[in-house]
Amino acid sequence: MSDVAINTHELGKSYKLGVKSAGYGTLREAIVEAAQRPFRRGAKGEKEARGDTLWALRDLSLEIRTGEVVGLIGHNGAGKSTLLKILSRITEPSTGYADVTGRVGSLLEVGTGFHPELTGRENIYLNGSILGMRKAEIRTRFDEIVEFAEMERFLDTPVKRYSSGMSVRLAFAVAAHLEPEILLVDEVLAVGDAAFQRKSLGKMNEVAKEGRTVVFVSHNLAIIQALCTRGILLERGEVKTDAPITGAIDSYLRTLESAASDDLLERTDRDSRAYDETLVRRLEIHDASGGHPNVVVAGRPATITVEVTEHLPTMECQLTIVNSLGQPVCTLDSEMSAPVDVREAEPGTRLECQIESLPLLPGRYRIDVIVKAKRHIQDGLQAAALFDVEPGMVGNRPIAAEAEGDVVLLHSWRLPA
Amino acid sequence: MLRDLETVTPAPETLRLQPTRGFSRVLAPRELWRYRDLAGQIALRDITVRYRQTALGGAWAVLQPIGFMVVFSLIFGNVAGLSSNGLPYPLFSLAALVPWTFFSTALLLGSDSLVSNSALVSKIYFPRIFMPAGVIVAGFVDLAISFVILMIIVFAWGFVPSAAILAVPLLVAIAAAAALGTTAALSAINVRYRDVRYVVPFAIQMWLFITPVVYPSSELSEPWRTLSAINPMVGVVEGFRWATLGTGNAPWDLIGISAVAAVAFLIAGLAYFDRVERAFADFV
Repeated sequence: MSDVAINTHELGKSYKLGVKSAGYGTLREAIVEAAQRPFRRGAKGEKEARGDTLWALRDLSLEIRTGEVVGLIGHNGAGKSTLLKILSRITEPSTGYADVTGRVGSLLEVGTGFHPELTGRENIYLNGSILGMRKAEIRTRFDEIVEFAEMERFLDTPVKRYSSGMSVRLAFAVAAHLEPEILLVDEVLAVGDAAFQRKSLGKMNEVAKEGRTVVFVSHNLAIIQALCTRGILLERGEVKTDAPITGAIDSYLRTLESAASDDLLERTDRDSRAYDETLVRRLEIHDASGGHPNVVVAGRPATITVEVTEHLPTMECQLTIVNSLGQPVCTLDSEMSAPVDVREAEPGTRLECQIESLPLLPGRYRIDVIVKAKRHIQDGLQAAALFDVEPGMVGNRPIAAEAEGDVVLLHSWRLPA
Repeated sequence: MLRDLETVTPAPETLRLQPTRGFSRVLAPRELWRYRDLAGQIALRDITVRYRQTALGGAWAVLQPIGFMVVFSLIFGNVAGLSSNGLPYPLFSLAALVPWTFFSTALLLGSDSLVSNSALVSKIYFPRIFMPAGVIVAGFVDLAISFVILMIIVFAWGFVPSAAILAVPLLVAIAAAAALGTTAALSAINVRYRDVRYVVPFAIQMWLFITPVVYPSSELSEPWRTLSAINPMVGVVEGFRWATLGTGNAPWDLIGISAVAAVAFLIAGLAYFDRVERAFADFV
């Protein structure tokens, strides 16, 4: 069947964990090991015992048809990126196979092929051919690419003098003009300014409308929902839900919910950059009037409390409130300190954030948390809590039933008679 | 024009991605051909970048062999009084240093090529052999520049090369094959074991002294003289002297053995590279 673009059969990818897994190892270790190997015959299974095997992807059987726009969703470490890496041939699967029909273009991280010493013009050619474009193709699309990136003036400037925004624009422009039959995208739209993001999104939409296959990974559920028709929810390397996009997103939100209500110490999808000297045990938001945790009323004072396992000197905390589509609404960051902040004299494991009047529209939100200390991220969790905002009054003003957006601002009017 | 369009939109074909064993990838000509434009772009990048933001630019290609020639002439020619088969010592050593510099630079830069491009290797698929190969192709430019300088000095000294100069492309091919085989293996090992970074500069110095750069291989007694040509650079270096200075007998025995050795280096290096290539992205 030629209208199947991607077909995977019991696809799996394992990584060895443990001391040796870091990959570096020294030559001496390898030589010593090679010398010892003959004496270890028969001790099968020792290899497994020495380092745990982590299955990033397990028995994945999927069929993606030509022209489908598929969103891959799931927690950190669910296997989304691993799947994209296999499909783009960066790494080989450990088991099973994937049949890929048509030219694959991947935007796993835009701009990786850029060489800082080369000019924008030289980099367009280099990057284009790295992404699999023929030279003739690049030449015919060159002007389009430059125009899309809006950087005619800087074509002959070395890329190292570009701002990060500029190089991202150029990189995306090259990639967007690749015109592959299958496009793999991993979280690239998180970069660039808002206007460029809109433009990039438009381009992606165009690609999808042209009947090409797109596999898209993003934490931004709103973008996924807008772009994709089908959603695949991965959990621990396996397909949890494969459904039309709204169904898959609902299913994902439910897993977030159940994850948030569990003991946070049992969560395994923690921030990979974290030092783990202290862990977030509990996170709750309370209305000033008491009552149920994680149910608050718009316009009333609220308190977010974070409990961690260990005291560390001068801990800082960053909370991000995210709406039900995965779009961040606001970030509360203790490192951006103000005179009203209080640093207690005694050690403790409880961090508190007071909100004078909660300016959120009724609906469901989640809180992502990062705890820092000793200038490192100690722990990070997405969706550490989910909470519902009930209708209320903001500044003695009721909230319009048809209000759009996520926030309510304190405001007043001056109107003619 | 029509042909162009056809190559731009090839018919979709199905590719099966699965765990592979044994050999298959690097030496798959179709795969390399599909990415031929990238090979050119990588070589072009290596050439453009090599001397960018250096004050002397391409002159570096010449300064290194010339510098060694001066030092070697003073120390080995004058002080130690090593034989140079009756040739002026500066010419004797420069004719050897030109191919030697090509070889040693390729080893030095090529063995690090996968690691220094780790961002690419871990993010994008392409035949990885282009990385070490690109370094060697870029080295041809330096070699061409220093070869021209060598010939100018040869003429200035009053030597006239014979028809033997036609052997130079063959000698360069032997050096390139040996360099590609060696760097392919070293760059692949470097992905797993960063020790390579420390071994290579040291190994290059050792290799210089087992190659007849500062002494003529005629100083060795047989069978050692002939056996030493298992080092592919022996045939290249002695061949270069004969081909560019137009004197002495053709060292075809050395060149022949070295050519066979270089092909063996090439096959062994590529075979090793091929076996481990698939795991690069997981380790780099």
